[in-house]
Amino acid sequence: MTIPQEENFMRKISAEEKIEPKDWMPAAYRKNLIRQISQHAHSEIIGMQPEGNWITRAPSLRRKAVLLSKVQDEAGHGLYLYSACETLGISRSEMIEQLQTGAAKYSSIFNYPTLTWADVGAIGWLVDGAAIVNQVSLQRTSYGPYARGMIRICKEESFHQRQGYEAMLALAKGSEGQKAMAQDALDRFYWPALMMFGPHDSDSAHSQKSMEWKIKRETNDDLRQKFIDQTVQQIEVLGLEHPDKDIKWNEERGHYDSSDLNWDEFWSVINGNGHCNRQRIEHHVAAHEEGEWVRDAITAYNEKKRAKKAQHAA
Amino acid sequence: MSDQMKNALLEYTTRLGDDAVVLGHRISEWVSYGPFLEEDIAYGNVALDYIGRARMFYTYAAELADDGRDEDDFAYMRNDREYHNLLLLELPKGDFAYSQVRQLFADVYYTLMLPQLLQSKDERLAAIAAKAIKETKYHLRRSRDWVLRLGEGTDESHRRAQKALDQLWGYTHELFDMDETEQLLADADIGVDVSKLRDDWLAMVTEIVTNATLSVPEDSWAVRGGRIGYHTENLGHMLTEMQIVHRSHPGCKW
Repeated sequence: MTIPQEENFMRKISAEEKIEPKDWMPAAYRKNLIRQISQHAHSEIIGMQPEGNWITRAPSLRRKAVLLSKVQDEAGHGLYLYSACETLGISRSEMIEQLQTGAAKYSSIFNYPTLTWADVGAIGWLVDGAAIVNQVSLQRTSYGPYARGMIRICKEESFHQRQGYEAMLALAKGSEGQKAMAQDALDRFYWPALMMFGPHDSDSAHSQKSMEWKIKRETNDDLRQKFIDQTVQQIEVLGLEHPDKDIKWNEERGHYDSSDLNWDEFWSVINGNGHCNRQRIEHHVAAHEEGEWVRDAITAYNEKKRAKKAQHAA
Repeated sequence: MSDQMKNALLEYTTRLGDDAVVLGHRISEWVSYGPFLEEDIAYGNVALDYIGRARMFYTYAAELADDGRDEDDFAYMRNDREYHNLLLLELPKGDFAYSQVRQLFADVYYTLMLPQLLQSKDERLAAIAAKAIKETKYHLRRSRDWVLRLGEGTDESHRRAQKALDQLWGYTHELFDMDETEQLLADADIGVDVSKLRDDWLAMVTEIVTNATLSVPEDSWAVRGGRIGYHTENLGHMLTEMQIVHRSHPGCKW
């Protein structure tokens, strides 16, 4: 027997009505959302590291300002998403703990190192580009606060993607050294960017239920295909070589055929064994621990102020 | 304008650019290392303001120099001995208390200096000051609040804030030094006579520091030399890092 609450919930989902924080929702829906939104928030936060790695070395003041501003936007997105997730009954400190203990994941793309300045451009163009393909679809997600967050975040991400592409263009049209740097960054970030869409639909543990509940609106493979298709021409405009030697237009499908991904690498990075997994978490933990005395100071200060106020009132 | 005055203005504008880029660099080093997320965002904001200032000063300096250089040539193609920034601003970021106390010193300084620069007969400098004043107002609110919280927070935060005050105090005297270049411009109502700001600076800093239950250090030592390129050992490392990519690809556009 279906309980009326659940019926009502499913009616809203089918009618494309948004689920709001105070609405009844199945425990598994809540859990699924917390997993996805916090993972998204953590990705923004950990994503600050590989790009932040280049702030002090940005090759022009304009690029430095653009990069600073971008990394700051990521922090803002993280904050925004943590707040959206808090509406589901989990605190930011709990989420941070889950990140630091490995209980919660973040996008694997940030476990790849940023080795040259071109990587900053490649991340803006490809990583933000892939994120947008996913997030545009999530603007229609069934949970209200998440959907609204996505609308706002998408606007800024599109800006980042244009800036990233423009930085790549400057390199690709620059000196031989700059062009080589751009090609190298493309070669290294193209494949991990494709992996950002997750495993094949057939191997995706959370996909089916998420689609049913309209948390996810399109499948991993469909979104990945969109990204593959849109990137081909962008690479041509740059005048760089496509990293996938088997990329080929398929008239019948109306899509590009491409090589399969290295799924062993995918699972290895997801399972914590990528180039930078340990470094990223250690960085986060170190900053968090070093900041503890500062957070303690605020708490103590606020308590003192409160006590003083209470004394005055009495 | 005489050649002497022109050269002085170029030197002055470049110094102000150097101050901005060096402090902006130090602040930017906090991004992703802050004690919590809101502070990462705030640091990013303040760093952006200073990088923006540096770009405005250098762009103007490049126009004054009129020798084909642009803002990036000023930032990336001069070595540490050619940088004429205040020493206080180039010191490493240190711990959170150290950075906030340095910021307080700088913010109070700019709170007093920028309104004077706004009165400059040089319209370009005045315009940069007009924009920077608004930013500095917000910066000061933040650094003042932080010094209060750290001073009155826990024993540890108090100890760290006091240590930072003691370590940085000797670098503040230089903020109020005048040399021939700056005197020439101050006399012409183009530059600011910073020697006249010291009393107000000390009064404002003393009030904030005292409110924070911290002590203003004795004037027992002073280190100087930034304006003639006699730096601490830190600047060379900072510029090495900052300039590496730009200099590795000579003549390239980014």
